[in-house]
Amino acid sequence: MIGVWIILAIVVFLILLMVGMYNALVRLRNQVKNAWAQIDVQLKRRHDLIPNLIETVKGYMQHERQTLESVTQARTQAVNVSGGTVAEQAQAENMLSKTLRSLFAVSENYPDLKANQNFLALQEELASTENKISFARQFYNDAVMKLNNKIQMFPSNMMAGMFNFKAAESFELEAPAEREVPKVSFSS
Amino acid sequence: MFELIRANKRRAVILMLAMVVLLAALGYGLGYAFWRAPLVGLLIALVVWVVLALVTWFQGDSLILAASGARRIEKKDHPVLFDVVEEMTIAAGLPKMPEVYILDVEAPNAFATGRSPERAKIAVTAGLLERLNRDELQGVIGHEIGHVANRDVIYMMTATVMIGAIVMLADIGFYGVLFGGVGGGGRRTSSNGGGGQAQMIMMLVALALVILAPIFAQLLYFALSRRREYLADASSARYTRYPEGLASALEKIASNTTPMPHVSRATAALYIANPLKTGARGLSDLSSTHPPLSARIRVLRAMSGDTGFAAYDTAFKRVSGRAVGVVPFAVARDSTPAPTRAPSPLDVLAGTPAIRKREATNALWGAQGYRFIRCPCGTTLKVPPGFPKDVVTCPNCGRDHALANER
Repeated sequence: MIGVWIILAIVVFLILLMVGMYNALVRLRNQVKNAWAQIDVQLKRRHDLIPNLIETVKGYMQHERQTLESVTQARTQAVNVSGGTVAEQAQAENMLSKTLRSLFAVSENYPDLKANQNFLALQEELASTENKISFARQFYNDAVMKLNNKIQMFPSNMMAGMFNFKAAESFELEAPAEREVPKVSFSS
Repeated sequence: MFELIRANKRRAVILMLAMVVLLAALGYGLGYAFWRAPLVGLLIALVVWVVLALVTWFQGDSLILAASGARRIEKKDHPVLFDVVEEMTIAAGLPKMPEVYILDVEAPNAFATGRSPERAKIAVTAGLLERLNRDELQGVIGHEIGHVANRDVIYMMTATVMIGAIVMLADIGFYGVLFGGVGGGGRRTSSNGGGGQAQMIMMLVALALVILAPIFAQLLYFALSRRREYLADASSARYTRYPEGLASALEKIASNTTPMPHVSRATAALYIANPLKTGARGLSDLSSTHPPLSARIRVLRAMSGDTGFAAYDTAFKRVSGRAVGVVPFAVARDSTPAPTRAPSPLDVLAGTPAIRKREATNALWGAQGYRFIRCPCGTTLKVPPGFPKDVVTCPNCGRDHALANER
């Protein structure tokens, strides 16, 4: 009699354990999905801001046709691959970030432009969107790492295999050089 | 993240239980001393606590904001502040961006309130906006969002109420002793005859409780709230990936000598830097809700390269020389490495102190309902709320602006 109870207790314990593992996997998968949605919102926001920016700077930067064109091109490319794989989007968006950075760098040579309220507002807006993208990416990558750990590690890997949980792809910076920590110089 | 919330909740429950026991003992003792009816005292203690707790739960955040004179602002009033709050909301993965408030106060400071992340509110002083560049502001907002994400706010509010209830009862007891409430009990004792000694002892215990309970409650609370400050700093470093931002902000806050006006002891714990002290911030004592700023700055600066929770814990141990860190074990264990990012480019750091001062002032005007109209001649017209006419004339160039056309 006692033996039956013990077996029953073990079975119940195992079932509870499996339910817990399954729920944890689902929670993490949803977190990854939400985090990606957040990145997506910010990417779209940036795509929408760029035509405004080009319109504003066009009059001032007659001699920077090439810079402007490369920004427009990078944007078109990014819009085209949105909805594609994470890696494709990451590459296109990194390209776009880079061209934008060079646009703002050359804008330093145009004092009239730097005095334009509209341009300043757009600059803060784009800088902040860039930050939001990187913070959203940070949060997404953390979520992906947690999910992938659960999917690969024992014992939750058995549950993941049974219910076909797939490892998610992280959103990476393309060049390892960009990850290096530059020397901090502080001035305000 | 979830581990940190869990660990915080567990500690909050322990603290609450300890405080409930303290409150109950106080009520019991006072009831005995006054009316020889300990249960009545217990009941009174309970009623006081329930009333205060209900008020806090439903009205706490609005009361705190109203008491500090905070005004809600929109994105147009201060775009940078708004963007930074949104950035940190995203970094922390909060479900909703907190409401943003501004205080017309020269001392640099900030606080968070609201009982849940969905109802969170963040308030900053105009002095903070004037002094900090974008990266530093991000560090401070990251700290406040850290309090929200770690569920510190509701804990601080309930603990504050608990202490309030204990202090209130102790005050009643104290004046009772002074003005003869206990003497009445004593007269009854003499008419009763026997058992005087036991009653005397009970009386002394009640007296000791009256004196010690508030002190004990505060000490308990302070110990834990200092730890929460460190944890919010760790969260900020992790969200921003840039501990130097917060460190440099805290340095600027520490060098400030303008006092913070009308801050009650009850809400002091909510601020990023202790608003009650202005001089000698480096000195720490048992009665402080905040660790000394110098220690917090040193820990942040000791994090090299990595901004994860484990790195903060290591830095804390190294700086304090203590064997036990501030980050709960499970959080440090599961912490993922998070390399430090580069400082924002200079053009993003939002210009000179003069520009920041103008923006902060504009935010204050905007919060009061003023409208800004930019005239093509370069003048900005500030139109007060409830302006009686439909058209404003620019005093500089004489152009007319129809109010309906301007946003």
